[in-house]
Amino acid sequence: MTTQAHMGADPTVQRVITARINGRDVTRAVDTRTTLADWLRDELDLVSVHLGCEHGVCGACTVLLDGQSVRACLLLAVQADGHDVETVESLSGDPNDLHPIQQAFHEEHGLQCGFCTPAMVLRTKEILEERRERTDEEVRQEISGILCRCTGYQNIVNAVQCAARKLYAGSPAPIASGTGTGGSTDPHPGA
Amino acid sequence: MKPPRFAYYDPASVAEAVELKSRFGTDALVLAGGQSLMQDLNTRRTRPDALLDINRITSLQELQVGPTHLELGALVRQHRLETDPAVRRAVPLLTGVTHHIGHVENRHRGTVGGSMAQADPWAELPTAAVTLDAEMVIEGPAGRRVEAARDFFTGRGTTSIAPDELLVAVRFPLTPADAGWGFVEVARREGDRAMAAAAAQLRLDDAGRVASIAIGLTSITDHPVRAAETEAQLLGQVPTADAVAAAARAVEQQVDRADDVHATLGYRRHLAITVTQRAVLAAVQRAQEGDRP
Ligand code: FES
Ligand code: FES
Repeated sequence: MTTQAHMGADPTVQRVITARINGRDVTRAVDTRTTLADWLRDELDLVSVHLGCEHGVCGACTVLLDGQSVRACLLLAVQADGHDVETVESLSGDPNDLHPIQQAFHEEHGLQCGFCTPAMVLRTKEILEERRERTDEEVRQEISGILCRCTGYQNIVNAVQCAARKLYAGSPAPIASGTGTGGSTDPHPGA
Repeated sequence: MKPPRFAYYDPASVAEAVELKSRFGTDALVLAGGQSLMQDLNTRRTRPDALLDINRITSLQELQVGPTHLELGALVRQHRLETDPAVRRAVPLLTGVTHHIGHVENRHRGTVGGSMAQADPWAELPTAAVTLDAEMVIEGPAGRRVEAARDFFTGRGTTSIAPDELLVAVRFPLTPADAGWGFVEVARREGDRAMAAAAAQLRLDDAGRVASIAIGLTSITDHPVRAAETEAQLLGQVPTADAVAAAARAVEQQVDRADDVHATLGYRRHLAITVTQRAVLAAVQRAQEGDRP
């Protein structure tokens, strides 16, 4: 609020918001017309949030909002105030110590150019938190909101199934303590 | 592809939102789930002076099963219609249609009220509302009014909501225990707009004749409509495959959308008949099997 009062900003044009981003509380002044996708990329440097179409068609900008996959180009940053946002940066940035889902995409060649990959990885995390078992056909349907122009999807489907095996191998399954089903509001979905 | 400038308001109550709508009139747009409006803002198809974000109004997020109706607050997310067992028990057709709305990423955010107020000709929830004789609960400066779904949708993207009013809830009559429902949609790909879709709900009497029937059609004209002629032909009849096929032909005359990139008029007519026939047959089968959770 001090920033806002100090700058004398009109609250219909600029707000100070606090959002939990990849497990950390972040407080910033944002223009009310800035989309969540632009804010994450341009202000917070979370460049895994890719912008393909910028109007809700391609799914490349998918992030998890309170544990649920959403299109970040169809949200305003100000709407994230008080909410939890997760991008793929929360998994692993270390090529020698990948998260099991990232490792699965690597092993199964689940990417070519990589443009859709952050979205695919997050969606994979979300659906595998719901449950492990799916037919290939069901996996295709679950990822149908994200366009991939390279792979033809087959290797992405293989990667999702491979990730399911990795995540649920042995017990306790590390991911099972996550957000659970789609209706959850657990503020800490980090892996 | 960035939203234009607007004054952003996030009212905390319905009263505050109605006050803002009275102040701005047609210069303000209401932001609910944003799955259509944010597209229009990003592409600058629309440039409102003010944006009224109603997502903070918690009373609009409520879902209540009453003795006669399921009442959905305008901000109930579409995903909840697919996943909440209370919805499936109360009005199973709603659960059935919701899967066809965009992709799950859209349904996580998209709302019941937003879909109604947006009133796209290809939208599923408005069709469900018209089919099931839902009621729209609308609040304005003079208080609350209730409008029948079939009077609410007035054309492509237009409704009877006045500039100083807000849609606050949608009430669906509880589905009778012996009713069967069907919903069939044809789109090019998963999540695409419907080229044609039909919703049906019916009950059979002890002799297997149609005791009541409602059929709604999507994407065949500029707003959702009932297939009144087909309903009339089937009422009191035993719904054999032949009888349903013959009655479904009556919807052909209701299709008046011009050729577009998705379908020609002729193809849409063909689809309208086909989806009507299949939706009614699915409803008949469910009514016969007693498919209720
Ligand atoms: S960039 Fe958001 S859906 Fe394409
Ligand atoms: S890997 Fe290139 S778009 Fe999917």
